[in-house]
Amino acid sequence: MVEVNLWSGLRRFTDGAQVVTVEASTVGEMLDALVKAHPGLEPFFADGVTVAIDGEVVTAQNDAPVTAESEVFLMQRLKGG
Amino acid sequence: MPKDELKAGYKLIGTRPNRPDGLDKVTGRARYGADFSVPNMLWAAVVRSPHAHAKILKIDASKALALPGVKAVVTRADLPTGLSGEDLNLQDNTLAGDVALYDGHAVAAVAATSALIAQDAARLIEVEYEVLPHVIDVDDAMRMDAPVVQEGAADHTVPEGSPPNVARCLDFGHGDVEAGFAEADLVMENTYRTEATHQGYIEPHACVGQLGEDGKGEMWVCTQGHWYIRRMSAAVLGIEAAQLRVTPSEIGGGFGGKTTIFSEPIALALSRKAGGRPVKLVMSRAEVLRATGPTASASMDVKIGMKKDGTMTAASAVFRMQGGAFVGMSPVGEALSCAFACYNIPAIHHEGYEVLANRPKAAAYRAPGSPMAAFAVESLVDEMCRALGLDPIEVRLKNGAREGTKASYGPKYKQIGLVETLEAARAHPNYQVKLGPNQGRGVASGFWFNHGGETSVSVALGEDGTVTVSIGTPDIGGLRASVGLMTAETYGIPYEDVRVNVVETGALGVNEPTHGSRATFANGKALVEAANQTIKEMCKRAAKKWGIEPEAVEWADGAARPAGDNAGKFPPMTIGEIAAGMGASGGPIAGHHEVTMGGAGASFGTHVVDVEVDPETGRTTILRYLVVQDAGRAIHPAYVEGQYQGGAAQGIGWALNEEYVYGKDGRLQNPVFLDYRVPVASDLPMIDTVIVEVPNPGHPYGVRGVGETGITPPLPAVANAVAAATGARIRHLPLSPPKVLAAMKASRDG
Repeated sequence: MVEVNLWSGLRRFTDGAQVVTVEASTVGEMLDALVKAHPGLEPFFADGVTVAIDGEVVTAQNDAPVTAESEVFLMQRLKGG
Repeated sequence: MPKDELKAGYKLIGTRPNRPDGLDKVTGRARYGADFSVPNMLWAAVVRSPHAHAKILKIDASKALALPGVKAVVTRADLPTGLSGEDLNLQDNTLAGDVALYDGHAVAAVAATSALIAQDAARLIEVEYEVLPHVIDVDDAMRMDAPVVQEGAADHTVPEGSPPNVARCLDFGHGDVEAGFAEADLVMENTYRTEATHQGYIEPHACVGQLGEDGKGEMWVCTQGHWYIRRMSAAVLGIEAAQLRVTPSEIGGGFGGKTTIFSEPIALALSRKAGGRPVKLVMSRAEVLRATGPTASASMDVKIGMKKDGTMTAASAVFRMQGGAFVGMSPVGEALSCAFACYNIPAIHHEGYEVLANRPKAAAYRAPGSPMAAFAVESLVDEMCRALGLDPIEVRLKNGAREGTKASYGPKYKQIGLVETLEAARAHPNYQVKLGPNQGRGVASGFWFNHGGETSVSVALGEDGTVTVSIGTPDIGGLRASVGLMTAETYGIPYEDVRVNVVETGALGVNEPTHGSRATFANGKALVEAANQTIKEMCKRAAKKWGIEPEAVEWADGAARPAGDNAGKFPPMTIGEIAAGMGASGGPIAGHHEVTMGGAGASFGTHVVDVEVDPETGRTTILRYLVVQDAGRAIHPAYVEGQYQGGAAQGIGWALNEEYVYGKDGRLQNPVFLDYRVPVASDLPMIDTVIVEVPNPGHPYGVRGVGETGITPPLPAVANAVAAATGARIRHLPLSPPKVLAAMKASRDG
């Protein structure tokens, strides 16, 4: 199980939980599992989401691996100049 | 000042060879966007709204079409319908639909046989408007009774009953903020404002577009990302992306503003309507300022709790940012994520609002959102340091983020270099200079995430053993030099034996633009993979010739060699020898790598500035300026220093003079460089730089992007210095002379 830290604005879709656990081995599986468990998250993920895994910020890398030991944070999608 | 455990002792990385584009640029041979011309070409001119907000009742082009030499006119009616989301926003911005949303919004365009005829014809296109109420200021746009910029723009994050121009809300954070404030000896809260500024690239947007009735087309364009130009233009025009071949020109600055489209599809639409004749479209400076994306304006509330010894106990921020008339362009999320990124604070809360206003569609600008956030947070930190009598660098060192610190935006940092930049700034001679009357010193730190992104690179050996590298991101800040150095280092060959080409969209897989300070990081990491493919193949060819196993061959200093005495005694086989015989030994040798790149290391910097303020005029002079920033590994230090200096110069302009000034009619009052005041060489001293090197473990050579962080600290650093010099704290940029003078008078009057 992967422990996912959500941003606090998402708590209203997860019964108040800011940290949720899902079964997943990649970022893509993790996002799918989150939407399955908490459908209210879907439009947020459709907007694009940035994921930080063990301190490394990744964007649009659904194949990136996650494990039970990973520190995973979701952030709203970031753009650069 | 390297600080790493990675392999050092490079032969080429860290050296300063001549830039590969130098001769072309000093002799005028380099071809920029407006330099492209092709036979049978037409010229475009664009009709733009003179109103900040207006219904378009009628467009009559009959007089323009009757003018000899005019070949086509396009309006929104010539573009396909049925788009949604960001594609619809791009189309709406390319040519207005029923409503013009800002002063300068494109309404129609004409193509003619000369630029003068096109301009005359544009003036003959008659547009009938019904003027609507408008809103410009971000706080005005937040009012419940503000004129509505776009009905129904709010997304799922906006609670019912919110002001009508709020398009998106967000909040995030961690810890018990109220308990943190209760624990503090001093809690301060202030509101800070910044105005919209433009990237101010010297080269205006320019392109030549050609599109036939068969949907096949070509474009030569000044851009930071030609795959984005292809995808966005294809979406706006309803054509297939693969049928549009896009070739980038040299680029005279972009800073984020050329990561998207503005008028490019207009050239293609005109070409299609003119029977496929190519159309050149070059924006004037006024068009660039009125109709291409500046950055957001911001209104920001920040609150911080601090103990007497400088320890920060809690922080909160509420940011309001407008990004023009279209959803998704305000960098409020990025700004909040960067706001407290330099600090280790146990409890933080962020809240943000994206707001629409009748202004041009904002674009990315160098660390989008971070400079504004830094202005608010680093100004307040400075105010608290002065209130408590603490040294600003010591307070930043006490609270500064380190490896393992939980970042304000959530995760724990890997290896980062903020503390090293603070220590280097403290040790620099500039920090010791004694100041005179009317002079003040300001300190601030800054942060940017950096980015990897979609990257595709290829390398190919020439028959003489030289190497050609094909990259898909324009060379905006020394990319060809840095890629050339990393290529030469990887092969162990001279820098001069490498040619790096920026190639068109047909030659590689998709590449993101040069944004997120990704170009040297991502291209370098990909090319090492691609080069290692060819090195493996060269070792295989040598092994075959020597009759040994490929695993028994190693690569060093530009040649294949037996891995040890057991592998046999053979003289090194050089890259030149292998390449000369590659046709007969198995065929051409080339490598490629495609990836969505991760591992971009976070970037931190610290700036120190000394200013003198003229008490009679309020004019601020920059006496000395120091940039200290972590580059991870400086591949070509001269270019790294250039990025540091460029970021500082732009940030100083933002702090002191630059702003979009609108009249009561909602029209931009300063759409030329004479009135939109960017710093010129005589405004600035030589900007001192210190390159800190805390290598990024996510890159084979330790590279961190260096392009963006440098613009982040100048806004607060300059404001802090002016406050020190005058005793007057100004919380609304720019610090223009009249504003400084008024603040000094108010301060004196008590």
